[in-house]
Amino acid sequence: MKKINYSILALLGLVMVFTSCNDSGKKSSNGALASNNAEKVYVAPGEQDEFYAFMSGGYSGNLTVYGLPSGRMFKEIPVFSQFPTSGYGYSEETKPMLNTSFGFVPWDDSHHPDISQTNGELDGRWIFINGNNTPRIARISLSTFETEEIIELPNSAGNHSSSFITENTEYVVAGTRFSVPVPQRDMPINEYKGNFKGALSFVSVDPEDGRLDLKFQIMMPGFNYDLSHPGRGKSHGWFFFTTYNTEEANSLLEVNASQNDKDFIAAINWKKIEEYVNNGGGTKMPANYAHNVYSDETHTATSTMEKEVLTVDPTKVPGAVYFLPTPKSPHGCDVDPTGNYIIGNGKLSADLTVHSFDKMLAAIDGKKFDGEAYGIPILKFDDVLAGTVKSGGLGPLHTEFDGKGNAYTTFFISSEVVKWKLGTWEVIDRKPTYYSVGHLMIPGGNSAKPFGKYVVAMNKITKDRYLPTGPELEHSAQLYDITGDKMELIYDFPTHGEPHYAAGIPAEILAPKSQKIYKLAENKHPMATLGVNDARVERKGNEVHVYMAMIRSHFTPDNIEGIKVGDKVYFHITNHEQDFDVPHGFAMIGANNSELLIMPGQTKSLVWEPKEVGVWPFYCTDFCSALHQEMQGYVRVSPANSNIDLSWSLGE
Amino acid sequence: MKKASVLMIIGPLLLLGLYFFPLWNIMLGAPQYPEPLGMNIHITGIQGVSEFDLQNIDGLNHYIGMKVIPKPEDMWEFTVFPYVIGGMVALGVIIGIFGLMHKVSYKWFLGWFILMSILGILGMYDFNAWLLDYGSNLDPHAIIKVVNPDGTPMTYKPPLLGYQKMLNFDVTSLPHTGAYMMFIGMMLTVVAFFVGKKAIKPKTPLS
Ligand SMILES: [Cu+2]
Repeated sequence: MKKINYSILALLGLVMVFTSCNDSGKKSSNGALASNNAEKVYVAPGEQDEFYAFMSGGYSGNLTVYGLPSGRMFKEIPVFSQFPTSGYGYSEETKPMLNTSFGFVPWDDSHHPDISQTNGELDGRWIFINGNNTPRIARISLSTFETEEIIELPNSAGNHSSSFITENTEYVVAGTRFSVPVPQRDMPINEYKGNFKGALSFVSVDPEDGRLDLKFQIMMPGFNYDLSHPGRGKSHGWFFFTTYNTEEANSLLEVNASQNDKDFIAAINWKKIEEYVNNGGGTKMPANYAHNVYSDETHTATSTMEKEVLTVDPTKVPGAVYFLPTPKSPHGCDVDPTGNYIIGNGKLSADLTVHSFDKMLAAIDGKKFDGEAYGIPILKFDDVLAGTVKSGGLGPLHTEFDGKGNAYTTFFISSEVVKWKLGTWEVIDRKPTYYSVGHLMIPGGNSAKPFGKYVVAMNKITKDRYLPTGPELEHSAQLYDITGDKMELIYDFPTHGEPHYAAGIPAEILAPKSQKIYKLAENKHPMATLGVNDARVERKGNEVHVYMAMIRSHFTPDNIEGIKVGDKVYFHITNHEQDFDVPHGFAMIGANNSELLIMPGQTKSLVWEPKEVGVWPFYCTDFCSALHQEMQGYVRVSPANSNIDLSWSLGE
Repeated sequence: MKKASVLMIIGPLLLLGLYFFPLWNIMLGAPQYPEPLGMNIHITGIQGVSEFDLQNIDGLNHYIGMKVIPKPEDMWEFTVFPYVIGGMVALGVIIGIFGLMHKVSYKWFLGWFILMSILGILGMYDFNAWLLDYGSNLDPHAIIKVVNPDGTPMTYKPPLLGYQKMLNFDVTSLPHTGAYMMFIGMMLTVVAFFVGKKAIKPKTPLS
């Protein structure tokens, strides 16, 4: 017995040794883990990030550029909003970019960026983004990182299920969240049901220069078209839109649009409609929408009002549109990299509904319909269902993919990201977000070839994540490492505006082709001053045009006389630098607009209307050189009736 | 003598590389220029390593009162050098061909080398004189005037060969492909001389 007792004691001792070993082991491994996480996001001074992340600005109307994994912000690209930093929307050249059928609209709510693709893979030529409030789509160059084109969408309102592109960037697609009378007319709001229309716009993209053209609009029943994604691979040629408010309520939607147990995912065979349109199908209807194009040769935008749009009645194209019943007011509509699974994120439920493209085709073939809505066949839920993800979370919004057979879904209400397996629908992991996550992004996550290394969660509520800055806070993003079985939260950083969606791409695709300067020799701006000998001042009635050049560290000319109160002075300024990262600024005292920030080789124009007699200075706002403080000049403003001749000089 | 003459033909022909490749290269790096600016000196003129390097070097140099980098028409050297090189190639090849035909002795090979070396040294001397003028003949109204610790005005002559720190710039001056080809070509003529000499010598007692 004694022997046994001893051995039991010995055993206990051993167990204790092991336990304490384990304890200390755990602690040190936790410590190691934490420092490992720091290493994962640490981009040492002078080193560069692995990915670009383009985050929509939400109510800033712009697009911000970040690096991953560092979370460092590189640039804010002005898109739909005036941007006094560069003069975008203030300069004479860029004011036309913000022209619409409603006149000059200096702001928008930008939501969903999407990078151009070839064969379903990111090609990094352009990025597109939608303006939600005054429906517009913008195309941004990924070599200059500037907005090159904005097209307005007629018959649309709340341009939310946008701007998603097809597998070869054939189209950038934009659906309306708010259905409206088409054409717009004076009618009682409560006659919405059956009378309003939901326009789905297909904007073609020229494969050479990216030029946009509103090719056709599909006039769908008056539901709310919330989000969309393209088919890819086998489902290339189809587009999928989630809908809510299939009740067609026009008031108190939070209750009235949540009555139907199931809304729809609309499956659109756009190839079929394209063929129909190419064969002369569709109806041309009068419209009025702006098409604004910026040229980086003339450094100038032009705005054209388009007067017609081709509309398609979906019931006239048999086999082109079907409804897939999807529970609980689905929000996100996501398609996996193979193109077989269409995920409806039912925002009022705990579960995800996954439809199968193969089953959908089979059901269409078998004509197994469950009635129709406004002449559009409704497929049977069970016939198209691939599976249900019993997530255990609440309020699923959006799903992205890692290209390794896993999907990641955000849950707004339970504030978490859930990782699950395509095909088996089992939940593998879940991690909290801080707080109430909206979209998430994996670089290439909306393509056939995701780069499944990180997922970024974009949250709607920030609260205590950073030092408080009064009632208004920036939003918060979390970065997770998804290379292992379990997700690991490795970083947390504030984001500008309200990023809804984002698009990421490996730096090695974009960085080498990022432009450094504009070549002066290629500057075709009609008001450019290409040589200092061309610098001059000209009067046309009470309009005065100053043709000015700038180079380190002076303006040519820098003394101007003969301007009078009541004149409208146009400064056309050309930056003669041809050196990377040497912009110059131009600021005029009392100008009622903004400064200009002019890149090497670029020309920009600012209007100034002097109101008072005096000698008024202007200066360079960009600390360009050791003699930046000397980069200044004067304009003499004389009374309206004075007869002082125009004169200009430098160094006299 | 045949082998030596062939070498004597190939050697001067390598000088033709000077028409295609730079003779010399000067690179200027600075904290603000992690990708350094650079100029390639060809026998026909000075070119930027990247498209706008010359313009940007001139832009920076105007602060310290340096003249702009000369255009080919501003310096007689860029007109004369191509003819001198062309003449020396022709002369060398003719000597080689005459060697093949046993019309000239191997000593001519060395003669060509010595002439070429003298011209080369004169060229280097001229180049250095230009660098000195370029770096020290400064505009008296220069924006930035820096003085040495002894109170004399600082000058900015780039090194003829090697590295030098000049204000915020790290300047490196080295021969480029054209110079290396010229060097190899000239060495081949020396080899030709010795090969020619060796080919003749054993025969002397017999003849
Ligand atoms: Cu400046």
